[in-house]
Amino acid sequence: MISFTLNGQERKVDADPETPLLWVIRETFSLTGTKFGCGAAQCGACTVHVNGMALRSCVTPIEMVQDADIVTIEGVSGEEAAAVREAWIAIDVPQCGYCQSGQIMSAVNLLQMNRKPSDEDIDGAMTGNICRCAAYHRIRQAIHDAAKTLEG
Amino acid sequence: MNMHAMLPTRRGFLAGTAGLIIGFHLGLRSEAATGISINGVPAGARGNPFGFDAFIRIAPDDTVTVLSKHLEMGQGPYTGLTTIVAEELDADWSQMRVAHSPADDKLYANLTFGAMGTGGSTSIANSYEQLRQAGATARAMLVQAAAEDWGVPTSKITIEKGRIRHAGSGGESGFGALAEKASQVKLSGAVSLKDPKNFRLIGKDRPRLDTSAKSDGTAIYTIDIHYPGMATAVVLHPTQFGAKPATVDDAETRKVKGVIDVKTIPQGVAVYGETTFAALKGRDALKVEWDASSAEKRSSADIIAQYQNTAKQPGVDITKTGDIDKAFAGEGVKVFEADYVFPYLAHAPMEPLDAILIKAEDGSIDAYLGSQSPTGDQRAIAGGLGIDPAQVRIHTQFAGGSFGRRAQQDSTYATEVGETLKAFAQDRPLKHLWTREDDIRGGFYRPIYVHKLKGALAPDGTITAWDQTIVGQSIFAGTHLEAYLQGGPDATSHEGASDAPYAIANKRVTLHTMKTGVPVLWWRSVGHTHTAFTTETFLDELLMAAGLDPVEGRLALLKDQARHAAVLKHAAEMADWGKAAPEGRARGVAVHKSFGTYVAEVAEVSGGP
Repeated sequence: MISFTLNGQERKVDADPETPLLWVIRETFSLTGTKFGCGAAQCGACTVHVNGMALRSCVTPIEMVQDADIVTIEGVSGEEAAAVREAWIAIDVPQCGYCQSGQIMSAVNLLQMNRKPSDEDIDGAMTGNICRCAAYHRIRQAIHDAAKTLEG
Repeated sequence: MNMHAMLPTRRGFLAGTAGLIIGFHLGLRSEAATGISINGVPAGARGNPFGFDAFIRIAPDDTVTVLSKHLEMGQGPYTGLTTIVAEELDADWSQMRVAHSPADDKLYANLTFGAMGTGGSTSIANSYEQLRQAGATARAMLVQAAAEDWGVPTSKITIEKGRIRHAGSGGESGFGALAEKASQVKLSGAVSLKDPKNFRLIGKDRPRLDTSAKSDGTAIYTIDIHYPGMATAVVLHPTQFGAKPATVDDAETRKVKGVIDVKTIPQGVAVYGETTFAALKGRDALKVEWDASSAEKRSSADIIAQYQNTAKQPGVDITKTGDIDKAFAGEGVKVFEADYVFPYLAHAPMEPLDAILIKAEDGSIDAYLGSQSPTGDQRAIAGGLGIDPAQVRIHTQFAGGSFGRRAQQDSTYATEVGETLKAFAQDRPLKHLWTREDDIRGGFYRPIYVHKLKGALAPDGTITAWDQTIVGQSIFAGTHLEAYLQGGPDATSHEGASDAPYAIANKRVTLHTMKTGVPVLWWRSVGHTHTAFTTETFLDELLMAAGLDPVEGRLALLKDQARHAAVLKHAAEMADWGKAAPEGRARGVAVHKSFGTYVAEVAEVSGGP
């Protein structure tokens, strides 16, 4: 039995300890905003926050998250998350949208650690998140816009 | 087991009667768009909607649901098609909803293809007049109903932002209150369409309807659908195209906790799990020997080498003007040559191929998937299951990217899905999932192409000859689409080169059509992925050798091509083409027509170390 906090709620799961966190989030707890894209930490669609850090849930076995604090797209909150979501919607960042939960989780994590990222900071932080529709220009713009909102 | 009586576990996912449509509640931007529609009625709407034609449903709560015949895979038809209807209907944008239409070639054909299909950059173009007509007809029916209700002439009734009014009597109504009566109206004569100068919505930028749900994790894709009792299947596919399972040792697989069953199907070996991870772990534990006797064994490098050898000779003439040989032999001409190799490309949509099949009590099937070809996939799923296509109801979902991948010529993925459920021999709902490895190794790539280009430059700098040999595999050949070729060359192999716009006196484009055991498919702009690059970069080489500016040199060759010339000039102006590029950077330009759209681009690039 592995216990952790998921979006602020205490959770227990009795499953194969090798099970990637991704499938537990999606199938055990029915939080489907976190996506399966590659299963190999190559695309970033499965990005969640574990103890405040962006992590690829598709390669994180649940035995690694005992007592961890896990936040998914459904539970992410705070001023950075609000600013990112607002910026995302304002300039229509998503196209097919499938990568966007992961993009947003990485973007929020970046702004939590760096309130005023440069283009290079953004490219560095977002490099693990692939968008096959190639919305990269809007993603970068939206992060700058969110940073501006946070500046007040 | 009655599927439709089962309670869904997924928030907002509602099981309804046969013919269930999972749609999408657009909502205002400020609200989370989490609603799901049944038969086009947004969840929570009061009462039943009234159908006006194949495309429009108006509910008592004033919401208007447009049934999209085109897949939303990121390219925006849900917003675009809804805009067209809202415009002619004079609806308020906030009352508009969208859901995907059922699979029906009669009602929902792509008018360009003659069957349902999303592709070829046709979604808006083929729907434009059709949906304007649909919107204008529904509007006229509402006006007629209001006129009868209020005892006033139709000519005195106005509609603005979803409000129907008669100024003289002060009569006013939303759409919903009149929807039932209006849906019964028999119009006499043709309806008139709006004068485009009065458009309020078309041509204006507006937020996409699906942005909100795609920014908070609530948008539902096929992979997100969950039913109680659902099993998940993954298939171990051969490592060589065309190989078949010879011996299967599933002893270790069956020991994996959560593995339900293992079955050999024509496409490989299917592993059924209680969870996705159980199925994946079980698949990893399979020991399968493959019969590769009829498999394609060449590598990409082998195929490219063969194509390069073939390219040394001209192929079948596609375009021929003037006298190539004479032009190359001309006095003082300089001859330039270039060879190009294009690799296989996988579409790699972010959401791998997936589908949900749910068997109803009567044996019919509800299929949930993101398909560019719903009726083709309907036939293929039915074929895989060995049942009548009328027994398969397709519920088209948002697709997490596609780029052509979900429009297979013969719907072979859908066939595999049907075969997988048939072999399961259980009545449980089934999720069928390809992994990224299945996707990348699974074929249906943009074909390998080799181009050989040869150009002649006269002493005065005129390009006098252009000779282009293209070598590659046909996308239509070997599929049911081969009949459309009528024995001729496949235009998707040479489009964009054979019809290149430049005025060159002596020109020849030839094609060698090759065969391999690797399945190929259209990928984004299809032939233009390789022809735009070869024609534009080789032209640059010739212009550079002639000492001509890339924009001016092109314009001189585009005297009879007004639209190419106009977009090229416009792009050059936007990019300040005349001004020098910043230190360490260089600019390049290209212009091309693809699928009816003229595109010019200027790229400014910096060189790396």
